[in-house]
Amino acid sequence: MRLLDLFFSPHRHSAAIAKERLKIVLAHERAGSAAPDFLPRLQRDLIDVVGRYVQIRDDMIRVNLGKSGETSLLEINIEIDGAKAMPKAPQPRLAGA
Amino acid sequence: MAKVVVITSGKGGVGKTTSAAAFAAGLALRGHKTVVIDFDVGLRNLDLIMGCERRVVFDFINVINGDANLNQALIKDKRNDNLFIFPTSQTRDKDALRREGVDRVLEELKAQFDYIICDSPAGIEHGAITALYFADSAIIVTNPEVSSVRDSDRIIGILASRSRRAERNEPPVELHLLLTRYDPARVAKGEMLTVEDVKEILSIPLLGVIPESESVLRASNTGTPVAFDDESLAGRAYLDAVARFLGEQREMRFVKPERRNFLRVLFGKA
Repeated sequence: MRLLDLFFSPHRHSAAIAKERLKIVLAHERAGSAAPDFLPRLQRDLIDVVGRYVQIRDDMIRVNLGKSGETSLLEINIEIDGAKAMPKAPQPRLAGA
Repeated sequence: MAKVVVITSGKGGVGKTTSAAAFAAGLALRGHKTVVIDFDVGLRNLDLIMGCERRVVFDFINVINGDANLNQALIKDKRNDNLFIFPTSQTRDKDALRREGVDRVLEELKAQFDYIICDSPAGIEHGAITALYFADSAIIVTNPEVSSVRDSDRIIGILASRSRRAERNEPPVELHLLLTRYDPARVAKGEMLTVEDVKEILSIPLLGVIPESESVLRASNTGTPVAFDDESLAGRAYLDAVARFLGEQREMRFVKPERRNFLRVLFGKA
């Protein structure tokens, strides 16, 4: 039934979905290509440091470079909900001290 | 002053070689001495699309390596005296396109031609980067489809950061959007991104819209640049795009669905 298809086609708005998806992914990728290379290293170091005090998984720390108006923001999100404290973290000492 | 124009897209299969051939043919028809170069080393195809595959003796890599001179390698088109084809090599050595060598050959071409059209390979590897590095202008060939638009965005970023103009802090490479394989009937049904959608997302000026057309396959079957087929919608759309590239104002054609009988649509005899 061609006439009914015109009104009830499930594909009617697929172009609008494509446009929305593209806008989101490109906004993300354009910001990403401007990000400095040190972000992944910073994220690894943060995982090391925070991991000495609470048990966390890698995906619980997120590092992002964003923009708020004219200001560039380094945004660090650490999720510690439900993370267990590490049992008495050993104090790092300098050798021979 | 000769102008170097790269035809690029990131994604493969969107119509780069078809567009390079058609664009070069269109410029030649307008009286400009034009050469079209195949940068897709190892996967030569421009020769087939231009219909000169049996006339290739020397190629781009031979000239870069000094094994042949330019005039031995350039193939003169049999249909138009202003048009020349510069085929590439079938070598599997991907690094054969040395940047200094390409620079030297392009400088030599600039002395003889008005327009140098560079048909880029797909991807963002060495060949594609070399093709866009020397460009004054870039034509970004894009299909109204998500992966093509995303890859075009990526290439626009690379043109802005890695071209010679960017490295030398010269005025940036001039960008033009060429939307190909556009199907106005599907756009009208909301099944395909519109011209306006793609323009808004990529935010570069629109050079032309080439409708999906049977004439493109027919042209490649016979080795005729589609711009030589001025009966076909695609051929006329390429000639319009060339005119706009040369600074003329032309209305966008072929972006609305062809009128069809209402009753036939209603009863499915499309």
